[in-house]
Amino acid sequence: MTDVTHGAPVAAPRAFVSPATERRVVRIVLVLVAIAFLAIFLFLPLISVFYEAFRAGFSAFLRAVTERETASAIRLTLLVAAFSVPANLVFGVAAAWAIAKYEFKGKSLLITLIDLPFSISPVTSGLIYVLMFGAQGYIGPVLADHGIKIIFAVPGIVLATIFVTFPFIARELIPIMQAQGSQDEEAALSLGASGLKTFFRVALPNVKWALLYGVLLCNARAMGEFGAVSVVSGHIRGKTNTMPLQVEILYNEYNYGAAFAVASLLALLALFTLIVKSVLEWRYADEIAATRRH
Amino acid sequence: MARATAFAFRKPSVLPGFGLTLGFAVAYLSLIVLVPLAGLVVKTASMGWPEFWSLATDPRTLAALRLSFGASAAAAAMNAVFGLLVAWVLVRYEFPGKRIIDAMVDLPFALPTAVAGIALTAIYAPNGWIGRYAAEAGVKIAYTPIGIFIALVFIGLPFIVRTVQPVLEDMDREVEEMAATLGANRLQTVVRIVLPTLAPALLTGFALAFARAVGEYGSVIFIAGNIPYVSEIAPLLIVIRLTEFNYAAATAIATVMLALSFVILLAINLLQAWSRRRLGHD
Repeated sequence: MTDVTHGAPVAAPRAFVSPATERRVVRIVLVLVAIAFLAIFLFLPLISVFYEAFRAGFSAFLRAVTERETASAIRLTLLVAAFSVPANLVFGVAAAWAIAKYEFKGKSLLITLIDLPFSISPVTSGLIYVLMFGAQGYIGPVLADHGIKIIFAVPGIVLATIFVTFPFIARELIPIMQAQGSQDEEAALSLGASGLKTFFRVALPNVKWALLYGVLLCNARAMGEFGAVSVVSGHIRGKTNTMPLQVEILYNEYNYGAAFAVASLLALLALFTLIVKSVLEWRYADEIAATRRH
Repeated sequence: MARATAFAFRKPSVLPGFGLTLGFAVAYLSLIVLVPLAGLVVKTASMGWPEFWSLATDPRTLAALRLSFGASAAAAAMNAVFGLLVAWVLVRYEFPGKRIIDAMVDLPFALPTAVAGIALTAIYAPNGWIGRYAAEAGVKIAYTPIGIFIALVFIGLPFIVRTVQPVLEDMDREVEEMAATLGANRLQTVVRIVLPTLAPALLTGFALAFARAVGEYGSVIFIAGNIPYVSEIAPLLIVIRLTEFNYAAATAIATVMLALSFVILLAINLLQAWSRRRLGHD
């Protein structure tokens, strides 16, 4: 794109190089170094997951992923995502509405607090729920008296997953809703639409791609969360093992083929997430948040 | 719904639902995040200073913290260099497969950490694709701190690329052209003009990658070898203390890490404010 030839009649016609870019050989070397780095650090691990998963053949792969405890881990992972993603979706929409459409004191504190789970180690995220609901926790014993079990049971896994995926949807929605302002909603209201109708027919459609984007990222993390879930799960086989925990158990039993078979399903989920995410970014760049960090 | 003027702490608006949405958001935030975190603080406070201090300065804890923070800083530094390179190449140059590579940069965000952990271990183990050649050269990667470093480079990379990329895209090329017309060679322009403009974003990305790496668990524990005092990271030590039912020790380590994370988060916010001011936004 920079190889624009000079218009002036020069004796030796030489490709014009813009002074604001590098020489061609430098560019090629930089691109090659970047690709080599990514190949070693990103592509190789991804390829190795599928290579190891199918090393013993497709039938071994099928046997591994349909094995009883693995199937139950897949079901639990889907169940956990089915609880935690909608919970954070409702929160994300409510928080974004309050933050983007109104001016109030303490707003930036609220935004900082919403981002808090991102800066906390997943292990600590699990630990705080153990301290709260564990057998020696603050309210764990009281709940146990009423026959309610949170830690080493499914509710604890759901809670820990909600915690680690807490900011995803809110932080995708807040910037885009802030950028859009509230003229559309005000117009709808002044034309006689009810508050709810305005919300569902005007506000939500305006942010639908950002919403989908947030849900996608939230779901990927919810299904793949390992550290926080590992702390609260108790690793009860066939009961409180999610897919990532099942990967760990199979791996630690030296059952590498099966571990990578389950891992390859999670890697497929990651690839699917990346593809949809990229399509959304290419097609609806203006309608999803300007910031691309997570 | 309450009258708009009833809320002295906000500006009036015709839109309904402020009380409902803010009330729900704050209640949910408190239940899920703030109250459980307060539990951690209360647990630490109830320990008393001498007990907390002796737990936090236990030699094995200190070794784990040193490893976690040291390896994280090293990995973030490596990513600052290569992340900048990747962002640069993606923004400034055209080459085949660019879009796919751009999309793949987010892989570490999307790939579950346990999957990354076992994949990296398979590659860098003494019989793995890369580990094999390293072993021939007499270098052990998996089950040593080098393995931890590699896992942390993997998970930290997107933070740098995605913070630097938008700044680089918005950067005014005319300034570089001007530097060139004024006689600067390309290297001078990059070092004296481009890099200072990118520095705030680069620092922010470094801090984000560092903060993430310090708390990382899933991708590290498989490749680390987990030998106390040598290759045992702080989050793993929390898990070990928990399985021993030593909640006090687990809490103390978590509190130290959390305090450091708060400092980092604060630094990130200050950096972002500073970089916005410098680049003349808002």
